[in-house]
Amino acid sequence: MEALDQIFVSLKQGILNAAAGFLPAWTGPLLSVAISIGAIALLGPVTMMYLTLLERKVVGRMQNRIGPNRVGKWGVLQPLADGVKMLTKEDIVPARADRLLHLLAPLLIVMPALLVFAVIPFGKHMTAVDLSVGVLYFLAISSTTTIAIFTAAWASRNKYSLLGGMRAAAQMISYEIPMVLSAVPILLASQSLSTHAIVEAQGGFHGLQWFIFTPWGFVAFIIFFLCGVAECNRSPFDLPEAESEIIAGFHTEYSGMKFALFYMAEFMNSFTLSGLATTLFLGGWQGPFLPSWVWFFGKTYALIFIMLWFRGTLPRFRVDQMMNLAWKLLLPLSLVNVIVTGFWFFVNPPLAIGGSIAILWLSGWILVRLNQSYLPEKRTYQFAD
Amino acid sequence: MMYFGEGVVKGMMVTLKAFVASYFKGPEDGGLFTVEYPEQRLPEKENFRNFPFLIYDNTPDNLRCVACDICAKECPPKCIYIVREFDKDNKPLKRPAVFNIDHTVCMNCGICEEACPFDAIYMDHNFEIASAERNENLLFRKDKLLKSNEYFHKIRPTDATAIDERRAAAEAKKKAAEAAAAQKAAAAQAAPKPAAPGTTTPPAAEPPKTV
Repeated sequence: MEALDQIFVSLKQGILNAAAGFLPAWTGPLLSVAISIGAIALLGPVTMMYLTLLERKVVGRMQNRIGPNRVGKWGVLQPLADGVKMLTKEDIVPARADRLLHLLAPLLIVMPALLVFAVIPFGKHMTAVDLSVGVLYFLAISSTTTIAIFTAAWASRNKYSLLGGMRAAAQMISYEIPMVLSAVPILLASQSLSTHAIVEAQGGFHGLQWFIFTPWGFVAFIIFFLCGVAECNRSPFDLPEAESEIIAGFHTEYSGMKFALFYMAEFMNSFTLSGLATTLFLGGWQGPFLPSWVWFFGKTYALIFIMLWFRGTLPRFRVDQMMNLAWKLLLPLSLVNVIVTGFWFFVNPPLAIGGSIAILWLSGWILVRLNQSYLPEKRTYQFAD
Repeated sequence: MMYFGEGVVKGMMVTLKAFVASYFKGPEDGGLFTVEYPEQRLPEKENFRNFPFLIYDNTPDNLRCVACDICAKECPPKCIYIVREFDKDNKPLKRPAVFNIDHTVCMNCGICEEACPFDAIYMDHNFEIASAERNENLLFRKDKLLKSNEYFHKIRPTDATAIDERRAAAEAKKKAAEAAAAQKAAAAQAAPKPAAPGTTTPPAAEPPKTV
């Protein structure tokens, strides 16, 4: 079990040991870094490729279709066929576009998506870089995606692109705030920003003492996950690329591999955000019996399934609805949630559980009532007839 | 009263049910009803008709078509092209030398089938004619159009049986008429002074010219 748990760690160690035999000593750390980077650079695109297939399969099944099943058994080679198609397509740049930025944007958008993989703890001792500010690093890097999206929108010189870019900027800035605030209770509880330490803090009770099992953790998880879905522009928050309204939003003027890079960034973001949600709330790689990385990937893919489930079910928000949800509901609720977390840690258990559930329920109810739009009563004219 | 988010949960349950049913249930219980075409097929309907074919009895030489050109004249998009066959003495034969149907032009109306007085041309079930080349592969010549009566029985048994019965009845009637005529002729020969035009009918009046 232990060997299976540490199989990837021992694999890397084995390669390093083998290389130490014929390479000079100073290359050791460099090789270690290169192996980590190589693993991530392989994992990211492969994950993206198979997420496209998974999405098409799952959404298809939800819509009573079969989904791709022609290329290989169960369509497993479909992503490769799509990749070949994307690479051989013509790369079209609009005549009056800013050529440099038009080229730069798809490259810029993939970079943060790959960079954040560095702090995701894929398993026990399987964090590429255990930064002491891991969560902060993740949130900071992933929020730079906005810049790349707006660059793409601006460089395309297209009204629809620009509209999409504006929407993306508005949406990302709005959802960044409740997202960060909903992560604060976890940082309070684990007293660390390091993803590794956060996972370690959820290790009690045979690795099942996850933060989601507390009232504040549950609320924070829901807020964080909704904001995460909005952050990576997935349905029902896919306003920046709303087909029915603004063609394809910020990637209207992109084709071929550049377009594929946008998709790659989107899917890798949804993977890393699910990974971070798993790390913060679902105990990361903690769990009984199975190897740690199986737990991590299982939980992450469960969250990704929920994202696909949203995609298969929910229609797109209107812009004002999306803004209202972020600013009028999620933001105040996450602020209340931070206070409730403090309450939880300074009060004795029975009162803490009941009290925090009561406060959260009450504040949630009040916020929902306040958010209800005013519907005037239907007027009846007494003497009309 | 609806709780906040109740509608979303209801909708999510609908899609989840469809997702689970797609793996574990049959098409009757809400599962997948897709027929994966090249491997799986729906049973062909007997009344399905597209693209005409020429019918022959027993051997391909014995085709029913007499090259009367009615179908070619009736065909609305004019996709049928017929050339009559002549023998060595340049006498016209009751069979086509060339019979082409251009499937790129044919619109599957079935008028040729209705117009044919010789039960020679019928609508087929052949819908898989897709081809990468349209001139040679979609112009169906006589050898490609000829199909046996057994094939016709296989694809449209009800129609084929009715037509065969009708043809058999007509054949029997013709035979009976011939027999009666022969008998009459024999009787006339036996009797003195036979009527001159009794056995052979006078040449039919000129058929109305179709323009």
